[in-house]
Amino acid sequence: MSETLTKAAARNIFYGGTVFFFVIFVGLVAQSVSSAKTIARANPITPSVAAGKQVWEKHACIDCHTLLGEGAYFAPELGNVWVRFGGRQDPVAAREGLRAWFAAQPSHVEGRRQMPQFHMSAKDVDNLIDFLKWTSEIPTQNWPPKVSG
Amino acid sequence: MKYQSQKVALYYFGGALALFVVQVLVGTLAGTIYVVPNLLADVIPFNIVRMIHTNALIVWLLMGFFGCAYYLIPEEAETELHSPGLAILQFWLFLAGALAAVVGYLFHIHVGREFLEQPLWIKLAIVVVALMFLYNITLTVLKGRKTAITNVLLLGLWGIAVFFLFSLYNPSNLILDKMFWWWVVHLWVEGVWELVMASVLAFLMIKMTGVDREVVEKWLYVIIALALFSGILGTGHHYYWIGTPAYWQWIGSIFSTFEVLPFFAMVIFTFTMVWKGGRNHPNKAALLWSLGCSVFAFFGAGVWGFLHTLAPINYYTHGTQVTAAHGHLAFYGAYVMVNIAMFTYAMPQLLGRAPYNQVLNMVGFWVTSAAMAFMTFALTFAGVVQVHLQRVLGMTYMDVQDQVSLFYWFRLGAGVFVVLGVLMIVWSLVVPGARTREAVGYAPAE
Ligand code: HEC
Ligand code: HEM
Ligand code: HEM
Ligand SMILES: [Fe+2]
Repeated sequence: MSETLTKAAARNIFYGGTVFFFVIFVGLVAQSVSSAKTIARANPITPSVAAGKQVWEKHACIDCHTLLGEGAYFAPELGNVWVRFGGRQDPVAAREGLRAWFAAQPSHVEGRRQMPQFHMSAKDVDNLIDFLKWTSEIPTQNWPPKVSG
Repeated sequence: MKYQSQKVALYYFGGALALFVVQVLVGTLAGTIYVVPNLLADVIPFNIVRMIHTNALIVWLLMGFFGCAYYLIPEEAETELHSPGLAILQFWLFLAGALAAVVGYLFHIHVGREFLEQPLWIKLAIVVVALMFLYNITLTVLKGRKTAITNVLLLGLWGIAVFFLFSLYNPSNLILDKMFWWWVVHLWVEGVWELVMASVLAFLMIKMTGVDREVVEKWLYVIIALALFSGILGTGHHYYWIGTPAYWQWIGSIFSTFEVLPFFAMVIFTFTMVWKGGRNHPNKAALLWSLGCSVFAFFGAGVWGFLHTLAPINYYTHGTQVTAAHGHLAFYGAYVMVNIAMFTYAMPQLLGRAPYNQVLNMVGFWVTSAAMAFMTFALTFAGVVQVHLQRVLGMTYMDVQDQVSLFYWFRLGAGVFVVLGVLMIVWSLVVPGARTREAVGYAPAE
């Protein structure tokens, strides 16, 4: 490598630049944190949405499904499942549909991927659905491209 | 090997190799469930299998890093380890924690964020283990010679511990949860882990090629500068569609494109050093792994990362099999291979043998690497078809999966060969060859 760049200079550039970029990063993240809080003020995270997130985590749904595109690739995207179940037109029917879905698992269809039965209480199921509904209302720059997820 | 206390690295290398075998076996089980979906569905569902696969991977890679540090630091600092006893205790604690986590997963004891499924007490135990480790190596470096390699390695390892702390933050606002989840996941693999990788490769280059330390260390600083200047703001490539502002599409796309550079620089670095060095080091297998590491990391992280990192492309590929393809080749090329390179270099020295079973080790290299490459191609094809059918035409997820099942069979086939290759590697490293003898004529450079 070129003789004009000494090791000490390379080291100093590394430290200086890293601090520089990290500071910018923290600044932008701080801005995004406040934007995330604004979103949550407009569409409050009710106790049931928060509890629903815990149900979601308790059963590690993320290790089969993606949520806003992150997670496992074994089962459908759920960030917009509320929309897919028609929640925007008919919230009551969508809720019923999701309840029925959870109750009907596993399908035991031969050769089809299985979703387990989690034996969730009615309250847990309602909270979970509230969480999925809240998630579907996050402004995601119009992702996913199709309602199929 | 110059210092007795370097021997503690053997515990870590052994533990890491054992978990490596578990990881690929469980991965193969996950791949089997993809094609035979009713298998075990009522006993161990896919999500449990997957968390064991990914957690075993991360734990063994970290265990390998600890071992690398315990081998490398005394030699670089030219002093015995501060406390070998503490290092051994730390090993058993870490292994016990990892096994407890896995057994717990089988009984559905876990929490629910990808890669961070460990229950709180395991996470806290990991923090304790990390503190024991950092205390031990930091004191060793402080009392000994300070080189750029130890400096960068320490920085990387401290960074790993610091960013892991963000795994303890889990707000109920999903947007914030996701933003800071990436502070662990992205700032690890595209930040501080790269520091570890680059410093281990630099150490191996000094030892095996005999190129002047000044040259190697200058390269090291240039590489890690490229890595962090691009990688920190490159986090933006995960902030496109999770409820974060639109400006991340510009920042993420631009900076993560530059993330290719450090990986490219590592290829140039390793090849130039080997070519310039001209020193005929007897451990051909370790050289092969070092060169292979930079090349596969360049393809897995650099090329396959760039493939889907621009926001307009990621809009379609986000969360598809394309991501799985990239995840596999990147982890394999960068972090699996850097660990195996170091194990292959250090284990003969630690066990007092001439490099042995070189041929088997190198066959293992080619079998595993070819199979991982094939797996990556299979998943990439599956991903491209998935993107078209699901994201462009709008077919439902499950219908699309039926269309790509052939690729999942290919992935499984590749997986079986990965397991075979890994068994060869482990065998060649662990089982004494018939020609076991004192390591003679095998002193490292300097
Ligand atoms: C072991 C893997 C697995 C786990 C864990 C899992 N699922 Fe599923 N899920 C599936 C599969 C597979 C399907 C598609 C099944 C089908 O179409 O027959 C599915 C489908 C769904 C659907 C219907 C999606 C649609 O678009 O039709 C919803 C809703 C759902 N899952 C919610 C959840 C929630 C909530 C959790 C956690 C409490 C969860 N799943 C955990 C595998 C899983
Ligand atoms: C050294 C080798 C391997 C490495 C480094 C590795 C790494 C990983 C990583 C990082 C993930 C998470 C992917 C993501 O979130 O994008 C994953 C998931 C997975 N791996 Fe591996 N793996 C390896 C070997 C295998 C093998 C041999 C198989 C067998 C077929 C396999 C099958 C799987 C499957 C099925 C998943 C789940 C993907 C999904 O969610 O759909 N892996 N692996
Ligand atoms: C060795 C370094 C790297 C490793 C180990 C790695 C690993 C991974 C893994 C496991 C994921 C999936 C995370 C999840 O489960 O959601 C991922 C996602 C991603 N990686 Fe990397 N990566 C590396 C480097 C890079 C680089 C250099 C780039 C860009 C040039 C890149 C671009 C991406 C992108 C854009 C995603 C998001 C994919 C999506 O939208 O689904 N990665 N990476
Ligand atoms: Fe990333």
